[in-house]
Parts: sequence; C-alpha cells; structure tokens
Amino acid sequence: MSTPKALRQPASLRLVSGAFLTLWCLIAAFPILWITVMSVKVPIDAFAANPLDVILGPLTKAQGRGLSLIGIAAWAGYLWLTFRACTRGLPQLVARFSPFGITALGWLIAALAAGILFVAVGFGVLTPLIGAIDAALGLEPLIGLTTQHYQAVWVENAFWRNFVNSLIVTGGVVTVSLTVGTLAGYGLARSGSNLAFWILIVALVFRALPHSVLVAGYLPVFINSAEYLRPILGDAAPTLYGKPFAVIAVLVAINQPFTIWMLRSFFQSIPAELDEAARVDGCTHFQAFRRVIMPVMWPGVITTGLFSFLLGYNDFLVTSLLLDASNQTMVPAIAGYFNRETTTTDQVQAVAAAVSITAPLFLLVMVFQRQIVSGLTAGAVKG
Amino acid sequence: MKFRTFAAFVAPSLLMMFVFIAVPLVSVFLQSFEQTQPVVERIEVESCTPGFVTQNCTTEIRTQPVLDESGRVVTQTVFTGLESYRNVLEPARAMAAIRAGDWSGLMAIDFWKALRFTLTFTLITLPLVIGVGLAIALAVNNASRTIRGPVIFVSLLPFIITPVIGALSIRWLFVGDGILTQAIEWWTGHQVYMFAQGWTIELLMLFYRVWHVAPFAFVIFYAGLQTVNTDSLEAAIIDGATRFERLRYVIVPHLMPLIVFIALIHLMDAYRVFDEVVGFRSEAHVISLQWLTYHFLEPDSTGNRAISRASASAMLTMIGIVILLVPLLRKTWRDHKGAH
Repeated sequence: MSTPKALRQPASLRLVSGAFLTLWCLIAAFPILWITVMSVKVPIDAFAANPLDVILGPLTKAQGRGLSLIGIAAWAGYLWLTFRACTRGLPQLVARFSPFGITALGWLIAALAAGILFVAVGFGVLTPLIGAIDAALGLEPLIGLTTQHYQAVWVENAFWRNFVNSLIVTGGVVTVSLTVGTLAGYGLARSGSNLAFWILIVALVFRALPHSVLVAGYLPVFINSAEYLRPILGDAAPTLYGKPFAVIAVLVAINQPFTIWMLRSFFQSIPAELDEAARVDGCTHFQAFRRVIMPVMWPGVITTGLFSFLLGYNDFLVTSLLLDASNQTMVPAIAGYFNRETTTTDQVQAVAAAVSITAPLFLLVMVFQRQIVSGLTAGAVKG
Repeated sequence: MKFRTFAAFVAPSLLMMFVFIAVPLVSVFLQSFEQTQPVVERIEVESCTPGFVTQNCTTEIRTQPVLDESGRVVTQTVFTGLESYRNVLEPARAMAAIRAGDWSGLMAIDFWKALRFTLTFTLITLPLVIGVGLAIALAVNNASRTIRGPVIFVSLLPFIITPVIGALSIRWLFVGDGILTQAIEWWTGHQVYMFAQGWTIELLMLFYRVWHVAPFAFVIFYAGLQTVNTDSLEAAIIDGATRFERLRYVIVPHLMPLIVFIALIHLMDAYRVFDEVVGFRSEAHVISLQWLTYHFLEPDSTGNRAISRASASAMLTMIGIVILLVPLLRKTWRDHKGAH
C-alpha cells in the first residue's frame, strides 16, 4: 500500500512512535513475564537483587534443577509445535468432531484436552527424556529452573480442587448466560418498541451497579435460605450459601446487562430480511431464530461467551463472599496465600498460583485474539 | 414482532435480572433501615466454690443469647431508622472535624476516607486512560502492518488478566525485596518502602488501573482510526494544517463518540474500584467505597456480618452511581424522543 507523499511521516516522528510502542509493550508484558520467571526459581533467586540472578537462577542451578542447552531447545521446539497444532490442526478437529454440532462446546473440550495433553506429555515424556540425554552427554544445566512451587501449589495444597470449582462456575456462567442472553438479545434487536428501549436503559443502569451492593442483598437471604424455602420445598430445602449453582445464577444475572447489549448489537448486524424469508417459508419466530439466525450468529456468540468467561473466571468479590472454603474458586483461593505469606517460600508459591491462574487466560488471548478485538469494537461502533 | 413473541424471548433474561438485581436492591434498601440482632436475656447466675465452714457464693448477672429448641440463636429484626447510616457516616465526628478544619480527622473515618480515594481515583485515571489509549492507538496505526498483530496481542494481556492477579503481579515487583524496589534503591541510594505509606500505594494503584484499562481504550480508538475519512485529512493538509492540528481538528472530533463511550464505561468501572485494594493489600492505608461494603459483609472475628451497616454503605455508594448516570440517562432520553 502506498501512502500519499504528504501523509508520509518524517523519520523523527516514526522513531518517537516506535520507541513509545516498544516502551508500552515492555510495560504491558513485563509484570506478567517477570512473575512467570520468578515462579520457577527457588525463593532466594526469585527475590534476588540482581535481575540476572533472577533470570539465570544460580542457586536453583546449584541444586541441580535446571535446563541444559538441549533442554531449552527441546522445550522451545515443543512449545512451537503446540502452538502450531493449536492454531492450525485444532480448529479443523473441532469443526469436525464437535458434539451435537455445538462448536463452543467442542472448543471447551478441545482446550481442556489440549491443556492436559500438553502438561502430561511435557512432564511425563519430555522431562525424563531430557534428563536421560543430559546424563548421557554429561551436560550441565544452563539456567536454573524448578517446578517445585507448582508441585506444592497444585498437589500439596490441592489447588486442582479450586481449579475444578473455577471450571464449574465459569462453565455454568458461560452456558447459562449465553442461552438466556441470545434469546433476549434477539428479541431486543428485532423489536423496535418503546419497551425494548426501556429494558436496555434499565440494563445499562444495572451495569453500573457496584457488585457489593447486590451481594449485600443476597447474603442474608442465601444464609437463611433453608428456612425461607422449607415451606415450599420441605426438608430438602438447600442453603444457597456456599453452593456453586447459586453463584452461577448470581454471576449470570450480573453479567446479563452487558451480554444482552453486546448480543443485541451482533443480532442487529444480521439483516432482518433473513428471518423474514424464513417466516415466509413457514417458520415460527423461534424456528427462524434456531435454524436460520443462530447458524450465522456463532462469531457473536463466541465473542460474548469470551467476555462471560472473563467475568466468571476473574471474579473475586462475589465468589469470595458467597462460596465457603470447600467450594472456593481459584481467584479467592489465592487470598489464602496472603494470610500465610510469611516466608519467601510462601510468597513464591503464591506467585506460582498466580501464574497458574493467568496461564489459561494467556491461551485464551492467543486463540481468540480476533474475537476479543471484534467484541470490544462491536459494542463501541454503535456508540 | 408481536408483543407475546417478544415477551417470550426476553422473559428468561428479565426474570434473572429481576430476581438477582432488582429484588436484592429493594431488600438492601429495606435492610439499611433495620438491624438483626440475637435476642439476649439477662439471667442471674449463682456460682459457688467450696470453702471452709461455708461455701463462697457469688451471684452475677450474665447476658446470654436465647436459644430455640434446636439450639440456634434466636434473632429479632428491629427497625432502627437512620441508625446504620449514622454508624457509617459518623456525622457528629465528621462535622466536628470539618469545623476544626481537621482534614486528617475527617480521613480517620472509614467512609470519608473511602469516598475521598474513590473520587480522586476515578477522576485521575479517566484522562490518563483516554490519553494513553489514544497514544497507543496512534502509534500502532503508524507502525507497519507486520508488527500490529503481535503488538495487539501483547497489549491485550494486561486487559484480560484477572484484576486481583494483575494488581498482585505489580505488587510483587515493588514489595520490600521486589526487583523494581531494589532498582530504585540502587538508583537513589535510599531505602524505599512502597507499601508503608498511603500515597505510594495510591500511585501504584493508579498505575495499575491505567495499565489494565488503557488496552481497552486502545483497541476501540484503533478501530475508530480505521474509519477516519482520508479525504478530510487531505483537505486539511491542503489547507496547511500541521500534524498536530490535523490530530486536534480532524481525528479527535471523529473519535469523540468513542471517547465519550470509553469515559462512561471507565467512570462506571473506576467508581467500583475494589480489586486493587485486595491485590495491593492496602486496607490499612487506602480503601474504596466498594471495599468498605465488602468489609462489612465479611464475617468479623466473632463470625458476625454487619449486614445493616453494609446495606447502608451500599446505598450511599449507589447515590454516587445515580449522580454519575443522570446526565447520561437524560441525554439518551432526549435522543430517543428525537428519534421518534
């Protein structure tokens, strides 16, 4: 693409803008990168004064934990292969084998399977293999690297239980909020009535509410719900406090205003002639929605689903107040580390837990970058 | 679309919002005027210890909660009017502090402290987020096509990261032996304690929020920049406009609706500031309005939750949101009426 000469920029401006961009990328990535590096070092290395010590980890290396040149090369190759597989092969597999033709469900399963496979092959096959080669060639580790904190967090402190809870809550939030939200979004997009306008405005007001205001309303009811519900449900009446499904319902409701706004703008971009054609062919409104509109709505649904995922996954306030210790999700569970964070080992374990929480999000951005950007802009284009 | 079909499509979503947003709002409003306490009774207890010749007996009056037949504490709910609001606002102390011109006295009261922080936080981050977002968008727009993808990827990371974790990751850089604290100490030759006083924590919180939200502003501005009319840009060049003038009079007016959009979303979100207080563990120095409500809702050392005080502080927080939203709603209403 050739730019007109008058629009071309002087070198100094290009330099400044390039420098600014580099600086921004550094600032954006540095905290996340740095805690990732910290999480694989022994505590003294992780909090060393010299940045090179943190990166190379001499004490970690001295303990015999680390990667040799071959190890680094092998891991880099393995990461590259995984990345290729995820971006090239996986979408086709998902498209072909999705259960009931629901692509979103297929992606969920595929992402989970890919993650587990990655960890299993990486540590089950690659690590012993590298160890054997190193021993055979007599190679010294080049940089210190240890997974002891991850082991402590995931195995000893049973972080996997929080992970499962996070999966349940997030999965529930995404499915329910999309099911309810697509219906409402379609209805609102296709109705030009005053009522639809007012519903959207009320939803906007609800979007602005601080979540703690709502939780103050739920808490006493949830704690005493067994007593309130006994006349209706008898002795089977549940105490809603501490139950994941109650939290799912709450998060879905909190997320609903945003979901319907976003889905509405996606539905509006689908021409109304499409459902009119379906109606002429004898479909009811619901059939038109199910058979004609939904198949072309998948990009919008996936994008909105991503944001529901982020809300459910990232939430601290609601989950920490409404779930008890046995059903805790990952983000509030990390607060447990604050209270114990007395030794540097505890601190590095907390860092490892934080990196563990971030890793799925990282994968998410990698796979869905385009959808996230289109979702962010879809809401704004309409103003 | 007929009304019945419309209702059928919208009903599940409306029901969810009604049950889990509208009803709690009403119940919070009611709760803020009443107080639920355990019923206590005063009983006279005679306790005796064996002594020589006669027992030593003392009687004392003890207060203890009344238990029902299944052994649970009986509670009663009484209407207390504005009592909870008084507990949160502490008007007497606040007035005394204001009369005496005692700023730190006013800031010793949790609510006013939280209000002060929430408002300054919201107002300071707003221009920063818009400015930084616009700057990144312009810089990316200048950059060559091949690097745009990776730059957008890296930029999305701070936006997508769990807020508590994002705050924590910055905290770990600045804790006592964190790498950046040590860098500052090496640079200045002084001991630095970033988490020992309020203002340094607030600086870090401001930095964190801009870091977290600027990518969102960037993506939206970047999308807006793609639709800038090149004809009007060229016309501006022919008229002899400098680069800055073109930015000021062509590009920014084009982006204005988006700037308003970002500002609104950011005002709503920044007013709810909460995760920073948890992530930076700044409870002792800096607190926000939403954190105050959260804190009342958490069980205290005796396992009680101050529900009515939480409701009162929640209602007070709401007033701020309403003030924030009124101009927006009035504008939307005028637009809507104009459209019909």
